[in-house]
Amino acid sequence: MVTYLFILFAVIAIATALAVVFNKSTVSSALFLVLNLLTLAGIYLLLQAQFLAIIQVLVYAGAIMVLFLFVIMLLNLQDEEKIFSRSRVQFILSFLLVAVVFAQILYSVGSATNMLPAVSSSMKTVGTVEAVGNVLFTQYLIPVEVTAILLTAAVVGALLIAQRKIQLKK
Amino acid sequence: MALNWYLALSAVLFSIGVIGVLTRKNAVVIFMSVELMLNAVNLTLVAFSSHFGDINGIILVFFSLCVAASEAAVGLAIIITIFRNNLTVDISKINLLRW
Repeated sequence: MVTYLFILFAVIAIATALAVVFNKSTVSSALFLVLNLLTLAGIYLLLQAQFLAIIQVLVYAGAIMVLFLFVIMLLNLQDEEKIFSRSRVQFILSFLLVAVVFAQILYSVGSATNMLPAVSSSMKTVGTVEAVGNVLFTQYLIPVEVTAILLTAAVVGALLIAQRKIQLKK
Repeated sequence: MALNWYLALSAVLFSIGVIGVLTRKNAVVIFMSVELMLNAVNLTLVAFSSHFGDINGIILVFFSLCVAASEAAVGLAIIITIFRNNLTVDISKINLLRW
């Protein structure tokens, strides 16, 4: 059952990822990205990381993608006639580079992980909101607070950058 | 399910994201490809965390999500500013700082 679900999610994830990249309309790209993030949430559930699955749907598929769609709406982008307009040499080089990157990742992860068991039995207690919150607010308390500062700084910075006119005092 | 399949899926998603970053010219789509790559790495972290029954990978993914959220906010603000100054998000036409 887990295997079939994984194959289903993996096929949808790869197909939607390709659709994000090879799509003329930016809005369709964004919507395919939402689908991709949702399938990744499903895969997190298969790995029994329930907390992350929920956070993935809430933060990524919810908040970040709404931000993307808003920006696309604000920019009023037209569909592109040609997806790839870089020169041919650059195009071939980029695909070669991707092949190298892919081979490198497969080489580094494929050799070491043959003998690992499937999902660990202790994962039932590890992936829950309770366990994550427990560790997050004791052992990782300072990083959480720093994250709060980071998010505030990011929001203020985004407001400052996107402002129409920055007034300088003389 | 062995861990290898999750890692292979993650590698495929990451490579597709790299293709998007290297070949597309629309800045918003490039940004979405970066999000794809971020998610692929997150999948690797969750897979390892789940296979060792260790919570630290999940915590790391949580922080990476926070960074991704702030990165999206700032990056999209920059894209809006670029669009306001150049009336395009085509990165082949934005060459003010190019040598």
